[in-house]
Amino acid sequence: MHDQETMVSIAKAKEEWERTTLHDTLAKWPERYEQFITTSGAPVERLYTPLDIADLDYERDLGFPGQYPFTRGIHPTMYRGRLWTMRMFAGFGSAEETNARYKYLLAHGETGLSVAFDFPTLYGYDTDHPLAEGEFGKCGVAVSSLADMEILFDGIPVDEITTSMTINGPAAVIWAMYIAAAEKRGIPMAKLGGTIQNDILKEYIAQKSWLFPPEPSMRLIVDTFEFGSKYLPKWNTISISGYHIREAGATAAQELAFTLADGMTYVQAAIDRGLDVDSFAPRLSFFFNAHNDFFEEIAKFRAARRIWAHVMKERFKAKDPRSWWLRFHTQTAGCSLTAQQPENNIVRTTIQALAAVLGGTQSLHTNSMDEALALPSELAVRIALRTQQIIAHESGVANSVDPLAGSYLVESWTNRLEKEAYEYFDKIEALGGVIPAIEKGFFQREIAASAYRYQREIEERKRIVVGVNEYQMDVPLTIPLLKLDPEGERRQRERLARVRRERDNRLLQQRLAALRRAAKGTENLMPYILDAVRAYGTLGEICDVLREVFGEYREPVII
Amino acid sequence: MVRERKIRVLIAKPGLDGHDRGAKVVARALRDAGMEVIYTGLRQTPEMIAQAALQEDVDVVGLSILSGAHMTLVPRVMDLLKQMGLEHVAVFVGGIIPDEDVPALRCLGVKGIYGPGTALSDIVQAIRQEVEGRE
Repeated sequence: MHDQETMVSIAKAKEEWERTTLHDTLAKWPERYEQFITTSGAPVERLYTPLDIADLDYERDLGFPGQYPFTRGIHPTMYRGRLWTMRMFAGFGSAEETNARYKYLLAHGETGLSVAFDFPTLYGYDTDHPLAEGEFGKCGVAVSSLADMEILFDGIPVDEITTSMTINGPAAVIWAMYIAAAEKRGIPMAKLGGTIQNDILKEYIAQKSWLFPPEPSMRLIVDTFEFGSKYLPKWNTISISGYHIREAGATAAQELAFTLADGMTYVQAAIDRGLDVDSFAPRLSFFFNAHNDFFEEIAKFRAARRIWAHVMKERFKAKDPRSWWLRFHTQTAGCSLTAQQPENNIVRTTIQALAAVLGGTQSLHTNSMDEALALPSELAVRIALRTQQIIAHESGVANSVDPLAGSYLVESWTNRLEKEAYEYFDKIEALGGVIPAIEKGFFQREIAASAYRYQREIEERKRIVVGVNEYQMDVPLTIPLLKLDPEGERRQRERLARVRRERDNRLLQQRLAALRRAAKGTENLMPYILDAVRAYGTLGEICDVLREVFGEYREPVII
Repeated sequence: MVRERKIRVLIAKPGLDGHDRGAKVVARALRDAGMEVIYTGLRQTPEMIAQAALQEDVDVVGLSILSGAHMTLVPRVMDLLKQMGLEHVAVFVGGIIPDEDVPALRCLGVKGIYGPGTALSDIVQAIRQEVEGRE
């Protein structure tokens, strides 16, 4: 950043400061800890100066927003032009209840939708499957057929608003249901905008809602890339996710490295299929966690953009600048929420959301204060949404682009995280790539070790968690928690039975047979899945056909 | 009295819940505390868990459930353990368990229920007391 002479002078001045001013203070007032660490356990220096970013080249490493390598943001004006999308992850019980929640959120100023599905749906089972017992609607909304999807988006202008769907193993089927539901309302698929998470690699690594083994799963994903690039130009066919990797216990560097390594694996798989990188890369999107450590998170987002731009341009030879963009959604850290004194979570979420905005996120979910206890109540979710609105309109942080650039600390940590990510890329490469590393349990072991280390730090009080290991109170809970409609499951089961009874079952059997044949071959499966969905084939029936052809994944058990 | 063998614990994930961070952290802590820990992995039915408890001859079963399905899954595990003559196996539950469900789980014979923020040392101590206390 500075010329050699200035650096030498600063180094000398720093030494002098350490020897005199600092030394005297430390002699009288020792610091609170011998070593300061970030949430991820990385060491934190007392002071950052130009010496820590001596090699930083402004034009090469930062550049201008909207220009390579996009460290400062993917858009030239960022939030001065348009605010991030306020997209609250929501879903519970039956499609009717969740539809009402979406309308509530939209009425309070939410600008994008995000669907949470229940466990049976995530695993490709219908509500009445034996393994689904007790799980209906608990962690999201149950969607077993097109009939549920029609109700879920009833009265919502899906041609105007974008919808993100957290669905992975059965992503192609759920996406087909969304497309078919819009089609029935006369909205052509080309007009639909949104995202399917569709990131199976992080499922094997962290979130664990897989269906099939890696090879057929990767095929399905590339099928969606190909289909989307032809017919749904506004759809993000994948959201390459670090969120769940972080929630499972990873550090910021692990989240960054593993997510981008997954991203490279998808790009390579699509190129191997013969797709032109610029035909699908602009529709790749990402999803990160915003954890507690304010500056480390901001540095992580900035590093992610720079690495991805570099990888796409240099390694994959993408020519379209949009292929170089790392566009991402952020969710505040669910794992940071405490069940104790839940109101304090509002403050945690605010700090995390601020980091996401200062890191240049394209969309944001803010967790509700009650999420360590239950699914969010209306009151809790409204406060969470208002938190974003206050950051957007009152704090002033959205008014200038990448305002923390040039901070010695932030730039130094951006460099550090970038370097740590490349070190992990080398390790993963040495194991034969992401899929072999998953099969060897590499990621799972790394994450479990970080999670355990973090918990030990809390036990040993090297880390203070307010209300948990310090400032505890023994008071009864005073916030209201969400109660599911006890009639929801009955309604859902009845609807499922009616769908199976009233549809043209001969037509459906033909379409399932066609899907089975295609799955055994190499054709793109999206048109076959779409046809089965249009004939009201259920999620479970369609996934059963694919399970029969592809088999099921079994994970290596690692503590 | 000094026990002749280490305390054996089965850590199990029943149902479809994929959140395994807590189960793994607790498993490591129990192992570090000198217990023998068997982890079932994900997506176990109550039948698979009871069978594993029998085969592994464990003193303790720890069920980790964050999906909200505990009121369906825990009673079934308790029933099966009883049917198999494993009443002596102490069952602990960890995860997101609303306060209002705690009395019912206690009634079923669950020895301890641990939510977010629990200290690992509390779990270790409770298991030791439960197993060693009855000898």
